[in-house]
Amino acid sequence: MPRLVSHPDEVKIVTRRFGMGAEKIDRYLELGGYESAKKCLAQGSDWIINEMKASNLRGRGGAGFPTGLKWSFVPKQSAKPKYILVNGDESEPGTCKDHLIFLHDPHAVIEGTIIAGLAVGAKMGFIYLRGEYRYLLEIMEKAVADAYAKGFLGKNIFGSDTEFQIVTQTGAGAYEVGEESALMESLEGKRGIPRIRPPFPAVVGLYGGPTVINNAETIASVPHVIEMGAAAYSAAGSPRNGGTRLFCISGHVARPGVYELPMGYNLKKMIYEVAGGIRGGRKLKAVVPGGSSTPVLLPEEIESLGMDFDQVGKAGSMLGSGGVVVIDDQTCIVEFALRTISFYQHESCGWCIPCREGTDWLKKSLTRFHAGFGVAKDIDNIQYLAENMMGRTFCPLGDAAAMPTIGFVKKFRKEFEDHLNGKPCPFAKHVELAVV
Amino acid sequence: MNPNETMSIFSRHLAARFDALILKYPLKRSALIPMLLYAQDEIGYLSDSVVAEVAERIGITELEVHNVASYYSMLRFKPVGRFNVQVCTNIVCMLRGAYSVYESFQEELGIGHKGVTADGVFSLEEVECIGACCWAPAIQVNYEFHDELTAGHVPGIVAGYRGRALAEGSDHHA
Repeated sequence: MPRLVSHPDEVKIVTRRFGMGAEKIDRYLELGGYESAKKCLAQGSDWIINEMKASNLRGRGGAGFPTGLKWSFVPKQSAKPKYILVNGDESEPGTCKDHLIFLHDPHAVIEGTIIAGLAVGAKMGFIYLRGEYRYLLEIMEKAVADAYAKGFLGKNIFGSDTEFQIVTQTGAGAYEVGEESALMESLEGKRGIPRIRPPFPAVVGLYGGPTVINNAETIASVPHVIEMGAAAYSAAGSPRNGGTRLFCISGHVARPGVYELPMGYNLKKMIYEVAGGIRGGRKLKAVVPGGSSTPVLLPEEIESLGMDFDQVGKAGSMLGSGGVVVIDDQTCIVEFALRTISFYQHESCGWCIPCREGTDWLKKSLTRFHAGFGVAKDIDNIQYLAENMMGRTFCPLGDAAAMPTIGFVKKFRKEFEDHLNGKPCPFAKHVELAVV
Repeated sequence: MNPNETMSIFSRHLAARFDALILKYPLKRSALIPMLLYAQDEIGYLSDSVVAEVAERIGITELEVHNVASYYSMLRFKPVGRFNVQVCTNIVCMLRGAYSVYESFQEELGIGHKGVTADGVFSLEEVECIGACCWAPAIQVNYEFHDELTAGHVPGIVAGYRGRALAEGSDHHA
């Protein structure tokens, strides 16, 4: 069972009901649940979208797109039905926050989905969890059934003449399906390959209808934005980065866990104070700040780094999915880079050649290099190959594989050079990885 | 007469579930991936007859079912053990000792990646991130998570599932 953690610096908004039995609908109601949805039903679409814009809530999936703005792109009138799609296909290595949301507060996801539906005029929402989260799907299914039984979902939600239906399902093991357009393909019963944009999902999405796709954490934040008011929610974070974030601090820290901290919280403090520092008295070597696709940061780069979309972007990386992976000084960065690229090679859907071939060649080069059979020009070749994948694919998976690879080579060139001359890595335990 | 009721290879319960599942979506085909997962849970893998019946229920060709199913790593066309042990070795689990957990399972079970034990009780797989990074290293046995593991936990986990296999008898499939 995933262990809950806490720290005095946490600001509990989204995690406020965690561990309080809120997966049961009556308990959720006791804790103020579904009041936000009722309020939104009374206030109407324009009010909701304005609140969301004012809250400065930005997409928690990784791109950080302003949620209110995204909702405002959905046309008011549409010949085809509109849909809400909740992306709970959480699969970016280092990320496990939606796991806890589904486990502890499934009704917040439902309530957020209803509010999104009211905002854009959709009558149907889909909550899509990753296939590995079967036990969490069962929790979501129970919560949805309970919400129907109370009349919060159905033809006449909360006794109004407004309809809203929710369907839940899982995927079946595919990182690529966490990408919004591939997710729609998967939900339509197809292989999860990306669609070219434009048109964007807000105009032509699921079943060809206008579709809002939001990360599960974004959706679970929505009822809290309404409850607190946009101004108070926004003020909890940093400029243009409203609210809090569920940071998944993992790797070589003493107290790994999902901590809810204000946007803009200092990364060094996050590692040394919140997560208890580097375990076993070792030293920090590097941090991957926002899931495996985000470029690595060095200890000197995190000193005064505030964890929000803008500040991490300015530091040359990305806030991404909130997965903070902490790496100690006993770790081989070449092995880490190899394991990272092996993942992207495995998960590339094969649709775009630069990604399909690029990830494969990167994995081959890094495998050989790590095993001590590299040559000097490999280092530049790895960087060159990765740089040429950037921006040349339908979806961001190509970039997601290339960006961290470029970062490892640039920031740890010395360590790559140390692997040359047939010298096997001092840390090498696994010459060939079994995942193919 | 509804042919699904009389001809189905699935249990009556599952067949009824599929009848309802198809009606939940604006398009029937959206039920394909959930249907394949539930069929696999009951039959153990996507046999030719599973593919044929799912194709008929959705109204697409068997080739189309294969085309979609082959994309998803959790869907399989061959049987695995009753308890499929999936060890995550992705970056975070790797940092926290996943490879020693994986090696311990290899030793304990006497099989490697994608192997199945002779008695059919266990299979082993090295898998990508399973979304339990803050509780690493983690594994899944079928759909059950086990987290914060060390190699020392492995014999106990194996013994626990072996006991369950004995208690459940030989006619039940995971």
